[in-house]
Amino acid sequence: MAEFFYMGGYAFHVWTCWGLSFVLLGGLAITRRRKLRHIAELARNMDVEAKAESTSP
Amino acid sequence: MLSYFSNPARFEAFARWASPISLFVLLACLAVAVPMGLYFSPEDYQQGHTVRIMYVHVPAAIMSELAFGFIAVMSLTAFVWRHSLADSCARAAAGPGAIFAGLTLLTGSIWGHPTWGTWWVWDARLTSMLILFLTYIGYIAVWQMGTDETKSARLARIVGMVGFINVPIVKFSVDWWNSLHQDASILRADGPTIHASMLWPLGLMALAYMALFAWLVLSGVRTSIYEKQIARRSERTASRPIATDGTAEGA
Repeated sequence: MAEFFYMGGYAFHVWTCWGLSFVLLGGLAITRRRKLRHIAELARNMDVEAKAESTSP
Repeated sequence: MLSYFSNPARFEAFARWASPISLFVLLACLAVAVPMGLYFSPEDYQQGHTVRIMYVHVPAAIMSELAFGFIAVMSLTAFVWRHSLADSCARAAAGPGAIFAGLTLLTGSIWGHPTWGTWWVWDARLTSMLILFLTYIGYIAVWQMGTDETKSARLARIVGMVGFINVPIVKFSVDWWNSLHQDASILRADGPTIHASMLWPLGLMALAYMALFAWLVLSGVRTSIYEKQIARRSERTASRPIATDGTAEGA
């Protein structure tokens, strides 16, 4: 197992590259998902309000 | 085809169907490619284990070029046919494209240190990739800086189309100029020169990056559709006549 993490002496190079890739791309995916959920909820709430307005006397 | 998806409701329906598929492809490819790339694929006879950087570096490089190609096509579509969603598609692709280009530079630099003995050289491949990264930053800045969205969109379309000139320069720079960077070894006329044990994890990783890109663009466009809906409703509410008690009529 230690040999796997050691990467033949290139642990810093290999793990930094993989780590950077997963952190940056994963971070972007999480940010986009949160933003989409938030804005979709806002739009839904506005829909509900608009419907309530149109049905109110 | 493009005109079909220019309708936001149709695009939303398509995105709701395509997003989970792209997410499934992404996770399935990662589940196979990550253990293959980090453990099961052999080390290179010259580069040792640093060759494992290839599995994140090369897909990022491919996607940074494809993403700008996508921006160029969407910019042209918006420029010629004025499709309402084409600008949103191009804008949604810019963030992921910039990160792919940034990752290509970072991982390439880290790979170059043990392989070439230097973090950076001003040769054609590295410099053209840096220009591509800066073009992405410029494209994003054009959208973010302007207060008038119509003017920003017009300028962004031009940057999107003109900036594409650099993409074939990035691709063919290693053929046109002497470079420390190796020649193309995957997308070649005579086929890939990489052994199957390395080509498989590389191909699956590239597919995972493509699926991630698709998912990110779909999410970005859906967000912009909702943002526009909200802006339209807010405008409508604000433009209602004000009643004598100071509230908008009907509120």
